[in-house]
Amino acid sequence: MQKFNIPHNFEFTSIITLYAQWIKEGKLKVNSDWNRDLKIKFTLQDPCNIVRKTWGEKMADDLRFVIKTVVGEKNFVDMIPCGTNNFCCGGGGGALQAGLPEQRRAYGKVKFDQIMKTGANYVFAPCHNCHGQMEDIGEFYGGNYHVVHIWTIMCLAMGMLGENERSYLGPDLAEFGL
Amino acid sequence: MTSPIELDELDCDFKESVQESTPEANLDLCLTCGACTGGCPASELLDMDPRKLLRMVLLGMDDEVRKTPWAWVCTMCARCFKACPMKINIPKLVYSIRKSWPRDKAPKGIRGSCDQHIRTGNAMGVPSKDFIWVVEDVAEEIRENDPKFKDLQVTVDRKEAHFVINQNSREPVTEPDELGPLWKILHTVGADWTYPSVMWAGENYCLFLADEEGWKYILEEFVYHIDNNLGATVVVNTE
Ligand code: SF4
Ligand code: SF4
Repeated sequence: MQKFNIPHNFEFTSIITLYAQWIKEGKLKVNSDWNRDLKIKFTLQDPCNIVRKTWGEKMADDLRFVIKTVVGEKNFVDMIPCGTNNFCCGGGGGALQAGLPEQRRAYGKVKFDQIMKTGANYVFAPCHNCHGQMEDIGEFYGGNYHVVHIWTIMCLAMGMLGENERSYLGPDLAEFGL
Repeated sequence: MTSPIELDELDCDFKESVQESTPEANLDLCLTCGACTGGCPASELLDMDPRKLLRMVLLGMDDEVRKTPWAWVCTMCARCFKACPMKINIPKLVYSIRKSWPRDKAPKGIRGSCDQHIRTGNAMGVPSKDFIWVVEDVAEEIRENDPKFKDLQVTVDRKEAHFVINQNSREPVTEPDELGPLWKILHTVGADWTYPSVMWAGENYCLFLADEEGWKYILEEFVYHIDNNLGATVVVNTE
């Protein structure tokens, strides 16, 4: 919109920023009690688009605030490097549809190694490109992690995740809270 | 014997065209330090890396530059740009290379998604009425099956809703059950929200294709719909 100077009367935001705000205002009552004994480990992919390229550190902080609230501070393991310095998953910029899967997967090996080093069983992917790419490289290189949306774990934590809303969960959480 | 490169005699049309459209790209300032290449996961793929690409641009190797399929391997992630001591905008350069590709030679998948988006408002090419049908169907199912959400409201094009939500078309089209969790969260916080029926999807393949005409058209249609038909205060992207 800025690029083309299109005048508009609304502002833009990301659902992540709203989650963070709603948690702080007490409107979104979610916590990590469900994971206190399970101690399931989560990591996070910082999508280039919303983190490095648009909202920067603020988005990186909001993401971590929301995720730590939902899974517990001790159960969150950051990738190295992370935040605005994180690596792209390799699926961005249209790469998933560019018809160069061999190169896309070679690019994604960097992400795969980063994920494996965290030892996490779950990776949050707040972007569809990242989601698709990390599932693909996970399968391709033989990772044992699951890629999830934030809303899935948030609803799980609040005891409102339906039976049919669990396709991305591993066997450890497939029935949790049902 | 090899002869030295006469810098003054180089023909660098491509470089000049990039400098003209994006003066802030700073292409001439490269120190060849390699910070970009060192931190780029696309380095060495197809025997290319960002520093090398920039060198080729500066040496006027326009044919090779314009043709390299590496322009579609680089994800325009901007990690190199962030690391560059001279603030050289490599992703912008790659974007310019993509733009210089004849549209019919660009990767079919990206082009197809951009075309669908222009035509139907989403990269998967689903008509708005199908989108609305899916949304209503999934909402009805949740209301029926979960007493906690028997009052769940999901609307499309509701005027004066505070939030308008853009969602990746993959959810309603290929995994509609993934819509539920977000709605439940919105319901729980009492958010006043709606979906738009025009250009409703959150993705942007025309940007990846560097099709500025298409990209601009999508945005204009979207802005017109929000401002003139709906009057929302905030547009929320779900990714
Ligand atoms: S980081 Fe910047 S200055 Fe260094 S080689 Fe890359 S483009 Fe040139
Ligand atoms: S924008 Fe392209 S060249 Fe720069 S780090 Fe990302 S993939 Fe590499």
